[in-house]
Amino acid sequence: MTIDMSQFYQVFFDEADELLAEMEKLLLNIDLAAPDDEDLNAIFRAAHSIKGGAATFGFTDITEVTHVLESLLDRIRKHEMTLTAEHVDAFLSSKDVLDMLMSGHRHGSAVDEAAVQTLRARLHELSEGKAAPTPAAAAPAAPAPVAGTPPAADAAGNFHLRIELPDVSAKDADALAGELGLMGTLTRDVLPDGRAVFTLVTTETADTIVAICAFVLDPDALRITDACAAAPAAAAAAPAADFGLYDTAAPAAASAPQTPAATPAAQAVAVPAAPAAQPAAETKNFGRRATDKEAGESSSIRVSVEKVDQLINLVGELVITQAMIDQRIAALDPIHHERLLNSANQLSRNTRDLQEAVMSIRMMPMDYVFSRFPRMVRDLAGKLGKKVEFVTKGAATELDKGLIERIVDPLTHLVRNSVDHGVEMPEKRRAAGKNEAGKLTLSAAHQGGNIVIEVSDDGGGLNRERILDKAKQNGLPVSDTMPDSEVWQLIFAPGFSTAEVVTDVSGRGVGMDVVKRNIAAMGGVVDIRSVPGSGTTISISLPLTLAILDGMLIKVGDEIYILPLGYVIESLQPAPVDVKEIAGQGKVVKVREEYLPLIPLYQIFAIEPKSEEPSEGILVILESEGKKAALLVDGLVGQQQVVVKNLESNFRKVAGISGATILGDGGVSLILDVAALLRSSRQLNADSLCF
Amino acid sequence: MLTLTDKSRSNDMLDAEEGTEYLAFTLGREEYGIDILRVQEIRGYEPVTRIANAPAFIKGVVNLRGTIVPVVDMRIKLSLGEATYDQFTVVIILNIAGRIVGMVVDSVSDVTTLKPHQLRPAPEVGSAFDNEYLIGLGDLGNRMLILVDIDKLMSSADMGLVEKLAA
Repeated sequence: MTIDMSQFYQVFFDEADELLAEMEKLLLNIDLAAPDDEDLNAIFRAAHSIKGGAATFGFTDITEVTHVLESLLDRIRKHEMTLTAEHVDAFLSSKDVLDMLMSGHRHGSAVDEAAVQTLRARLHELSEGKAAPTPAAAAPAAPAPVAGTPPAADAAGNFHLRIELPDVSAKDADALAGELGLMGTLTRDVLPDGRAVFTLVTTETADTIVAICAFVLDPDALRITDACAAAPAAAAAAPAADFGLYDTAAPAAASAPQTPAATPAAQAVAVPAAPAAQPAAETKNFGRRATDKEAGESSSIRVSVEKVDQLINLVGELVITQAMIDQRIAALDPIHHERLLNSANQLSRNTRDLQEAVMSIRMMPMDYVFSRFPRMVRDLAGKLGKKVEFVTKGAATELDKGLIERIVDPLTHLVRNSVDHGVEMPEKRRAAGKNEAGKLTLSAAHQGGNIVIEVSDDGGGLNRERILDKAKQNGLPVSDTMPDSEVWQLIFAPGFSTAEVVTDVSGRGVGMDVVKRNIAAMGGVVDIRSVPGSGTTISISLPLTLAILDGMLIKVGDEIYILPLGYVIESLQPAPVDVKEIAGQGKVVKVREEYLPLIPLYQIFAIEPKSEEPSEGILVILESEGKKAALLVDGLVGQQQVVVKNLESNFRKVAGISGATILGDGGVSLILDVAALLRSSRQLNADSLCF
Repeated sequence: MLTLTDKSRSNDMLDAEEGTEYLAFTLGREEYGIDILRVQEIRGYEPVTRIANAPAFIKGVVNLRGTIVPVVDMRIKLSLGEATYDQFTVVIILNIAGRIVGMVVDSVSDVTTLKPHQLRPAPEVGSAFDNEYLIGLGDLGNRMLILVDIDKLMSSADMGLVEKLAA
């Protein structure tokens, strides 16, 4: 019976992702001078688990990389080698390569073969080159060269090796040729029976070659001979070997004495890998930690997001049903129905608890996002020649999974900006009397129903003059007396978004408008605090979840719509004199000395309103993307939290509507897309509003 | 479309073939049939929430146990019968490729199994549906069902229920 392995791929990818992240975290924290054995073991285990999984599913490329990685790690953790910064860098880049290979398998994205080869060569070099002084590894390697006779090295210390491959696919042979080509000069030939044969001029020894070939083929089947010695020998036994008269019996005889020689070489190389296969054998050293980890794993299960969402939907439904029951029983006589009312009360409490518990399933700790930054900051600071100390706070703060995934990009942008433009160069910091290493803090905390995420640096701060100059150049309406907070908001203007405008210390212009727009799309707000000379803090305030929204219920005609409360500034009843008609432009209304475009909702949605006269209705002042407008409605119904439902899952996108929700009476109410309404009001006003 | 050879062959295989079950419903005076496997449930008509600027036959959306489901009135779409809504009005909830949609019809009669030999090719004229959306006609002796390819109909640009890639 065959099992469709692909159904398990996702599990492998998820697990490998976690393991890689874990590995990276450990690597970044490792102390080069005195590496913690536990950490080294943990890194080794991660590499080993990925290798095992990849081998099971037949992802050979991943297996190969992890195998080399694992061998090197194994030596380090056994103290056969000392961990160096070079090692850590190599490990980190292998993490990147593995990431790339995995996304290659997962999404079919392009894989940079050259990077893989380079990495493997680098790891090899590290494990072979540096291993030489270690007697344990070097000793078995020494007798490896062929047939007892040390291969003849030429004047430059190069060996001329003849490598005969067993019957392998052309693809594997190509891969090997590429690999071996990195080690020296390679010439390729084909034996009469179709097998490939390489002649390699290299400084490497035969066992290195066996080790490399071992990824692709069975080392026992490989024949490595000294090309100088073998050539005359072959010439003697079967003089015409290269001229098509090759006798198949001859190479068999010739290879007989060589095979045992090749085998110890292969074994010698295989030794470091062998313990890797049974980490359990070393329970004495790190068994305790392994047990802890296993215990942790068994207490959680992997569930698909769809299942969780389904659960949330069902609970949402339950809450609505429960609200309906509440409405019905409110009409009952409390004396006659005391027990029913008590039970209903209990039901409503239980429902609320259940809803909270279910909503918490979707919550993920911010660590999921934060954990990717140490690496980025390290690399970026290294590239820019800056010193940055990276601190995270409140990584355990939880946020809805949907939001967490969407916050990654804006946050990456902000962190990169802080390292690039916020933190100054070491010399400059020293001159300013600050610690050479800049401090970058990423924090998350709950504040009321929101989560506040802050990226803060102790760099030079924003430069007020430069921003104002730039704003004037861009023709933005600014004045020199503007309060700081308004000046800082200018960097979110689209005109500020190109890098060359404000490049150095003060400039934080790169795509900030995009950051702000993304965050606004999540219902969040961005705020900047900056003090010249002592740093900048950018704070993002987000609602805890996208699934629930604070809504204002409004009524037009007989229909009820929901306005997301975040956009609502105020609501008022205008005096007739404040509403002015602009020919062909629709109406505007004067609110606190400001003329705002008037959006008649009844007109947009073709509803029969109670009254078309603005002074008889209610104006809700909305703000989105820095623009304000007044929405004319018949009346306000109330304010409540609503569960957001997607309209597009069974229908299509509707202009002016961002979603739907179910009200207490079981009916559907549509949620207005305020941003789109305001956008449309800017373009036109009069009779027809089209989106 | 069925040809004569198809028909004679299906006659031979009459006993071997199961036939397909169709849900029969009426629109005006015509009787239609759709593949029963596309039908999720049948409900009474509930008040809908109107969607602004949508075509008249899209009545709006309703709450179906927590899912927002659009409701279309086939009587308006096809100009058949009177679009009245009372306790007898029926909504057939269809599940087409994972998307749920409600379809208002005059009434639902029964579920009929049609053997292949009962299928007739659709005539070129004579139905409110474009021939493109018809599977054929079902011959039940005294009754005749117009068999509708509901998958194709509901996902067509005509209905405007799904976003078109080109749009």
